[in-house]
Amino acid sequence: MILGPLGFAAPWLLLTLVALPILWLILRAVPPAPIRRRFPGVALLLGLRDDDSVTDRTPWWLLLLRMLAVAAVIIGLAGPVLNPQSEEQGVTRDPLLVVLDNSWASARDWPAQAELLEGLLAEAGRAARSVAVLRLTDPQPLVFQTADAWRSRLTGLAPVAWEPSPQDMEEARLVLDETRLETRWFSDGLARAGRDALLDALSELGPVTVHESAVPLTALNPPEIAEGNISLKAQRVITGSGREITIEAHGRDPAGTMTVLASLPLRFEPDSPQAEAQLSLPAELRARVTRFEIAGQRHAGAVSLTDDSLKRREIALIAGREDREGLELLSPLHYLRQALDPTADLLSGSLSDVLPANPDVVVLADVATLSASEQAQLLDWTERGGMLLRFAGPRLAASDVSRAQEDPLMPVRLRAGGRTVGGAMSWGEPKALAPFAEESPFFGLELSSDVTVSAQVMAQPDPTLAQRVIAQLTDGTPLVTRKRIGAGQIVLFHVTANAEWSSLPLSGLFVQMLERLAVSSSIALPDLDELIGTTWQPVQVLNGFGTLEDAGTLPGVDGARFVQDRIGADLRPGLYEGPDRRIALNVLTAESRLEPVSWPATTSVVGLERAEETPLGGWLLAAALILLMADIIASLALSGRLLAARAALTVLAALLLFNPQPATAQQDDTIGTDNAKALLAASEVVLAHVLTGDRSVDDAAHAGMLGLGETLFFRTSVEPAEPVGVNLETDELSVYPFLYWPITPNQPIPSDDAYLRLNDYLRTGGMILFDTRDANVSGFGASSANGRKLQQLAAPLDVPPLEPIPPDHVLTRTFYLLQDFPGRHTGRSVWVEAAPPDAEQVEGMPFRNLNDNVTPVVIGGNDWASAWAIDEQGNPLFPVGRGFAGERQRELSFRFGVNLVMHILTGNYKSDQVHVPALLDRLGQ
Amino acid sequence: MSQTAQFRARAETEASRLPALLARAEHLAGTVLLGEHGRRRPGMGDDFWQYRPVQPGDELRMIDWRRSARADTQYLRQREWQIAQSVTIWVDGAASMRFASSDNVPQKADRARLLALAVAILLNRAGERTGLAGTDVPPRRGEAQIERLALALSRESDDDYGAPEIRGMLSHGRALFLSDFLGEIDAVRDALTKAADRGVRGVVYQVLDPAEENFPYRGRTIFESVGGTLAHETLKASELRERYLDRLAQRKDELTHLCATTGWLFATHHTSQTAQSALLWLYNAFDGGHGR
Repeated sequence: MILGPLGFAAPWLLLTLVALPILWLILRAVPPAPIRRRFPGVALLLGLRDDDSVTDRTPWWLLLLRMLAVAAVIIGLAGPVLNPQSEEQGVTRDPLLVVLDNSWASARDWPAQAELLEGLLAEAGRAARSVAVLRLTDPQPLVFQTADAWRSRLTGLAPVAWEPSPQDMEEARLVLDETRLETRWFSDGLARAGRDALLDALSELGPVTVHESAVPLTALNPPEIAEGNISLKAQRVITGSGREITIEAHGRDPAGTMTVLASLPLRFEPDSPQAEAQLSLPAELRARVTRFEIAGQRHAGAVSLTDDSLKRREIALIAGREDREGLELLSPLHYLRQALDPTADLLSGSLSDVLPANPDVVVLADVATLSASEQAQLLDWTERGGMLLRFAGPRLAASDVSRAQEDPLMPVRLRAGGRTVGGAMSWGEPKALAPFAEESPFFGLELSSDVTVSAQVMAQPDPTLAQRVIAQLTDGTPLVTRKRIGAGQIVLFHVTANAEWSSLPLSGLFVQMLERLAVSSSIALPDLDELIGTTWQPVQVLNGFGTLEDAGTLPGVDGARFVQDRIGADLRPGLYEGPDRRIALNVLTAESRLEPVSWPATTSVVGLERAEETPLGGWLLAAALILLMADIIASLALSGRLLAARAALTVLAALLLFNPQPATAQQDDTIGTDNAKALLAASEVVLAHVLTGDRSVDDAAHAGMLGLGETLFFRTSVEPAEPVGVNLETDELSVYPFLYWPITPNQPIPSDDAYLRLNDYLRTGGMILFDTRDANVSGFGASSANGRKLQQLAAPLDVPPLEPIPPDHVLTRTFYLLQDFPGRHTGRSVWVEAAPPDAEQVEGMPFRNLNDNVTPVVIGGNDWASAWAIDEQGNPLFPVGRGFAGERQRELSFRFGVNLVMHILTGNYKSDQVHVPALLDRLGQ
Repeated sequence: MSQTAQFRARAETEASRLPALLARAEHLAGTVLLGEHGRRRPGMGDDFWQYRPVQPGDELRMIDWRRSARADTQYLRQREWQIAQSVTIWVDGAASMRFASSDNVPQKADRARLLALAVAILLNRAGERTGLAGTDVPPRRGEAQIERLALALSRESDDDYGAPEIRGMLSHGRALFLSDFLGEIDAVRDALTKAADRGVRGVVYQVLDPAEENFPYRGRTIFESVGGTLAHETLKASELRERYLDRLAQRKDELTHLCATTGWLFATHHTSQTAQSALLWLYNAFDGGHGR
């Protein structure tokens, strides 16, 4: 029912307003204030009773107050709505079809879209219209359901990181049938093939309204390397006046935490759809960058991941002889420098100087002998993943290195002297290269005929030689051999690094071979030829909002598709790992441009805004409550009891005044109180809870800690002081043995600095009890709001692998013997640090010898604090369960709390019982 | 301040009230005397009263021969009534008596004291002995006794309701009970029957405030006794009026009945009435006693 701007959800309830006059009669009586009189005749009055309760009349204004309160309740319950959404075409009973572009470009406006969608669904629910949702990225046959069914699935409709392909648009058109529809199209504002056809098809079925944000969309192309700088290019949809955006380079700082390493302003000139700027970063910093992002834009297109292409490898060049002054072209390192300089950072110096810099590659050009310590260092470095690239030369040929037995730093044994072919003093032609074998890393490289080898060192025939050869000459003598040790490898070119022994260093093949050996890295995506037949495993994928997620069980992807295919459901943007490198696949390619969609003039395009529908019921009910409060005061005043009430109020106010208020105290003298707080916490056992900013949750947590503290005080020798709320940003954490962290969906994510201290806290023996407080309704952290928040909160934390608490975990017996850990709820799974994989149950022992320390996190959703919570008098604040069973559950939750604190304070002490038989054995002797 | 000093200070303030009370009582007694001459009667005594001719039935030994010798008939010599009656007065000093419903009426205690003292003065002049119930002030004659009575009457008790005192009451004497008689009726009944047993007769004089007679209260009220020990709350006082008045009438009936059975006189006085009428009534009541 609609009355002007007001609508009522349950208008028939207003009929009860008729009953108000009856209430008027009922409510009239209130006893007036008594008059105290001295009267000697009272002795005669004793025992006389009042006839009936009908006494003086209640004042009319009090009656009016009560009438208003009752009227407010009735009208409030009737569900009044200001500006109810019922537009002109809303009168149709046709089913509603919601079309979502659902691409990465929608992700930015998704909150507004979701809100609008929710409003549409609510409206459709009121009109009893059935609703279908068509996501263009994943066109499915239309399923018409009630609006409520769709509302509960709203979160599952979040945008994805790719765009609908033309096939998707075509499929979407095909799923439409002949039923009449009203269509709402949530567009992302990008032009797309098939859009017009789909629009025509929809227009035939009924009216189409397009919802599109007018805010221009910006997106980031992948970064490119240009002249040693990073070139960043951004696109925008709607051109117009100039605009400036900021690109942030995210990466890990030396401490390992994600931070913004650099930021670059980017300016769109008026009427220009793209902007470009150069970012100059030191190589060290550049190697750390993991992603570029447009600040403030939350969609996958604003994110550009970086892969190995940005990283420049550090290569140490060390030559055996540097004494030939003036003969630059003969320097053993000259050609290497030329080949590597564009793509790598070169280090030079003595071996012991460059090794601590941990270069990616060490090149030894004609270095024969190394000191024992150098050799040990080099071996150690190689085993840890270094790549040692050696070139032969006269010195090596002349030395005894790897002659009688294989040198650890040489891939093969060498024959003395080497050989020279095709020279002035020898017979035969200089040898050419043989085609690369299939298992060779060089397989597929084009051989050029002008590469010849005139001298080389010879490998000693050996059983292992065949598998170590990765390139050989036409006569079958090895040219390049390789040996893997540890995580690293040693590669020997049997020729010199200069043009003395062969023309190889002069050829382009040399550079390609170095690239293949991953000595240098290429910038661009590998060629199609190289990608064909390779399989790349996704490591992390982007979601529509530009957040990296673990790829989980996504299948590997054929390398050729990187070049040929568009991104889609089976080729998601993200990081892919191949045989020896990583490739980042971004939403936009370097050539991508953003084309705005142009809707035909007949289509109505509206924004995402929507006249706010204001339910007034809550306000009216609140007003009724306020009126009733006023009624209480007025009644008290009338009956003369206001004085007592005022006295009680004064006492209450005084109590509140004396109650220490940490929040207000902090503002006065932050340092002083912080120190005092830390001092108190350090001198006592203090249970702490993390302040979430939600007052009720914080109060419940505080009361819970209080209750747990009381329980500990009574039952154990742990006597905790008053619990405190901890502000992660400002408070010192190390003094608290234990943090209770209730999860609320909208608590702020702590700053990087706070995470740094949290990680320190966890590494140094602190424990955090995470409580999603939702009874794990959807399994561990799966899809509840709190669960998702927990994942966000805990992602930057240094949390070890977890497992559901095993039955022999020390938590089950630190004080009480427990197998359940109920709080206010009785969710089953409580997660703790996983047992080491080699933990085994010894025969005859009741439990395994598990972790030697305290689990740094306990994660569950049983809302323990509410079960523990007590008020000042020690009465429980929240009901748990029903009757005796509920009290039992509360008792068990207290026991869990006691066990937990005992576990924190005593560690695995109870696990030591596993040694008891052995100890008894010894004592018995 | 020491206890004796306190006591003395209190005694002095009490004493300061005495002359006023005495003066008022004298004045009151004077008004009565003006209108009502003494009804002197022959009786046992020392002073000469009159000679009267002998009537049949007179004993011979009662003939005054000297007077008879001077005339033809025989005369008897009558003496004035000289057997002094002892009148014991009890004035309720309890808290309930210190009540006045408005500024226009005196406190009941005030009125009762005044009446008691005035009666004592009158009786004193009539040659009776007056004293107070209890052992403090035994019945005596003389101006000094009036002083003592005045002093003793100004004492107050803290009890809510008083009970009649019969100690120190001489057998076959007369008594005057002044109170509102709103307390326990049993105590009054006990006292009266005991007094009647001893042959004491007298007057039960009820002093009431007009408010106690009218009960002019309305609305929600908490009634408290003057001493504060009793309280009664009612939501609608006007509803109680009828029943209260019933009870009061019942109380008066009881007292009347009690007095009738014991041979006492009962009357009710309201503080809104003049003290003179009350005194007149009282004096008559005692005078009537003389005659009988």
